[in-house]
Amino acid sequence: MPLVKGGQIVADRYVRILDDAPIPANGAMLVPAERFLADASELIARQAETGVIWPNNRDIDELGPYLDRLALVALVFPKFQDGRAYSQARILRERLGYRGELRATGQVLRDQFVFMLRAGFDTFEVKKEADAKVFGEVAQRYSVFYQPTGDGRSPAFRQRLQGFATRAPALRGAGR
Amino acid sequence: MYIHDEFDSTLLKERVDEFRDQVRRRLSGELTEDEFKSLRLMNGVYLQLHAYMLRIAIPYGTLSSTQMRMLAHVARKYDRGYGHFTTRQNIQFNWIKLSDLPDATADLASVGVHGIQTSGNCIRNVTTDQWAGVAPGEVDDPRIWAELLRQYSTLHPEFSFLPRKFKIAVTASDHDRAAVKIHDIGLRLHRNGAGEMGFEVLVGGGLGRTPFIGKTIKPFVARRDILTYIEAILRVYNQYGRRDNIYKARIKILVHELGIDKFAREVEDEWLSIKDGALALDEAVIADIRSRFKYPAYEKLTDNPDELKQALADPTFKAWYRNSVSHHRVPGYGIVTLSLKPVGGPPGDATAEQMDAIADLADRYAFGEIRVGHEQNLCFPSVAKRDLPALWRGLDAIGVATPNVNLVSDIIACPGLDYCSLANARAIPVAQEITRRFADHDTANLIGRLHINISGCINACGHHHVGHIGILGVEKNGEEFYQVTIGGRADEGAVVGTLIGPAVPYAQVANVVEDIVEAYLDLRLRPDELFIDTVKRLGVEPFKERAYATG
Ligand code: SF4
Repeated sequence: MPLVKGGQIVADRYVRILDDAPIPANGAMLVPAERFLADASELIARQAETGVIWPNNRDIDELGPYLDRLALVALVFPKFQDGRAYSQARILRERLGYRGELRATGQVLRDQFVFMLRAGFDTFEVKKEADAKVFGEVAQRYSVFYQPTGDGRSPAFRQRLQGFATRAPALRGAGR
Repeated sequence: MYIHDEFDSTLLKERVDEFRDQVRRRLSGELTEDEFKSLRLMNGVYLQLHAYMLRIAIPYGTLSSTQMRMLAHVARKYDRGYGHFTTRQNIQFNWIKLSDLPDATADLASVGVHGIQTSGNCIRNVTTDQWAGVAPGEVDDPRIWAELLRQYSTLHPEFSFLPRKFKIAVTASDHDRAAVKIHDIGLRLHRNGAGEMGFEVLVGGGLGRTPFIGKTIKPFVARRDILTYIEAILRVYNQYGRRDNIYKARIKILVHELGIDKFAREVEDEWLSIKDGALALDEAVIADIRSRFKYPAYEKLTDNPDELKQALADPTFKAWYRNSVSHHRVPGYGIVTLSLKPVGGPPGDATAEQMDAIADLADRYAFGEIRVGHEQNLCFPSVAKRDLPALWRGLDAIGVATPNVNLVSDIIACPGLDYCSLANARAIPVAQEITRRFADHDTANLIGRLHINISGCINACGHHHVGHIGILGVEKNGEEFYQVTIGGRADEGAVVGTLIGPAVPYAQVANVVEDIVEAYLDLRLRPDELFIDTVKRLGVEPFKERAYATG
C-alpha cells in the first residue's frame, strides 16, 4: 500500500510489530495500542521513533500522557463509512496538541483526502495506487471551506468579513 | 432571499467538478457500484426501483423564481417533466440517467442549488418554518441560523461519516411549523428571562422503526455558542453512536441508551473544551449572514383593500382565501399556500409547466420568492392582499389552488412502492383514493384540520407516526397491508400516534379512514373541537370500534 507524505509517495520507515513479536532495539517501529500501553514506559525510552496504531473505538485521551514522546499515531478507518477517526484526529491535534505524524490507515481513498487533511492527518496509507498518484491534485480540489479546524484555515464566514481576495493558500500537507 | 456569494458558488463549482470525476470513474468501471454508492449518496443520488433519483436541497425551504425555473428546466431536460417535493424541503427527480447527472448538477449549481448532503450518513439539509421571516410574532428569522448551520455542515471534515443520517430543524415561533421535536437536533429560538435571544436545544427526536420525541438537552444556549454546542453533540455522537446495527444507529438510540442526563453531561464536557475556540460566533459574523438575506420592500397598504372585498363575493375565491391565505407580519400582505394536493393527484408533485408558471406568478405578485414546507406544499411568503384575486386566478389555472390546506385531503405521502426500493407498499395511490373520498370541499371543511400522513415502510419518510391519522405500509404474505394510528402530531405538542388495531389490506384503507372520520364527527363536542383533540379526550377505543365494526 503506497504511503503518501507531503503529497508524494514515499517509503515507509516504520516497521510494524505484531502483538507478540520482539521489540527491536533500534529503527522506527509501529505497535498496536494494547502492546504499547502494556510497555509504554519502556517503549518510549527507546532511542528510535515509536508509533502507535490506535483503534477507532478506544478513547484517544488515553494517549495523552505519551504524546510528546510519540513520533507517529496511526488512526484506523476500517470502512470508508466509519468516520470515528476523524474525531480522534481533531481531538489529538486541537485539544491534546499533538504535533507528530498523524497517519490515516485502512480504507483510505481519494474521496476522503480533503476531509482527512482538514482533520489533521498528514500521512496516508492509500488503498489504491491510482488514488495515491493523484493525491496532490485531489487535495487541492477545494479552495473554500466553511468550518474552522486545526489546519488553521480561516473558514468562509470569517474570510467574508475580509473579502474574497484574501482566501487562504492550499492545504497543509497537500504538497505540490 | 439569501444572496449567494463567490464563496458559495466557488464551492459548488468545485463540488460539481469532483462529482463529475466520480461519475466518470463509475462509468469507466474504475469504481464499482458499491464504491460509488457512498459518493453518489453524498450528492443526493439514490438508486431506486427503476432509475437513479436525484434529491435536491432547498435550504430552509426558500427558493427564488430563478431557482424554481431551473428546477423546471432539470425536470424537462433530464427527467420526465415533473418533480416531487418531499417532507424535508427537498425536491426529487425520479428518472435521471447517470451520465446526465453531472450536467444536471452543474445546471443547478449555476443558480446556487445542489444535492450535497441530501442523503448519506451526514448532516442533511437544515430545515425550518416555511413562513420564516413573515410569520407574525417570530423571535428572529430562523433562516439566518439555518444558513449558518448549512454552511457549517457543508462538507464537514469530521461529520461526513456519522453512524447514520443527521437532521436539524429550526423554529422561531411559538407555533412550531418545522417539526423540530422529530429531528435529531431541534432548535427553538426564544428569549430567556433576561430578554436575551438564544436556543432551546432538543436532541434525539426521530421517527422510523423506533420513534422518539426529542428531549431538551439544554434550555438555553446563547447565539455565540450555538455552533460549538452542536459540534459537541455531533462529536459525542460520532464517537459513541452505534455502528453495529443500522436500526440502532441514530442519535435517538444513543440518547435513549445513555439517558438524556448522562448524554448531556458528555456533551457539556466536550463543549466546555471547545466553546471558546474558532467556532464561537461573534456579532460581526452573525450580522454578515443576516445582511445577505434580502427582504421585500413592503409598501404601506390597507389590510382590507377593495379588490379583496369585491372578490370575496365569489364563494370559490372565498373558500380558497379562507383556507390558503394566512396572516403576515406586515399589514396589507398575506402568506399564500399553494396546494400540491389536487384531488386524485400524487401529493407533492409538480410538473415543469407548473414550476415555470409558479415562478412567473412569484415574480409578478410575490417578490420572486417561493417557499417549500414539510407538508409538501409550496408557499408565497409575501403577497399584497390587493393582488390576491389575480394571483388566485393564476394559481387556479395551473391546478394549485385546491382549498384543502391542512384539511383531510392535504395528505403527506412518501413515494412508496411506486418508486422507492425500500418500500413495502404503495403510498401515493392510497393518498389519491382518500382525496377522492373527501373531494367535496364542504365536507372537508366541516371536518376541519386533519393531517393524514402515509409512509410506504417503517423508515417513515411520510411521517406517519405524527399524522393525526397515520398510515404505514407493511407487507403480509407478499401483500400490501396498512397499519393505522391516530392521535399523532408533529408540532410543539409533538406526540407519536397510537395503533388502532390490526393492519388492513390495501382495498380497506380508505374505508377505515372514512369510518374514523365519521366517528370523529359523531363524537366531537363542538364543531371546533379538532380531530386530534377528540382523540386526546377519548383515546383510541371509540375509533377502533367504528373502524373495525364495518371493516
Ligand atoms: S418511508 Fe419507506 S417507502 Fe417511503 S420513501 Fe421512505 S424508505 Fe421509501
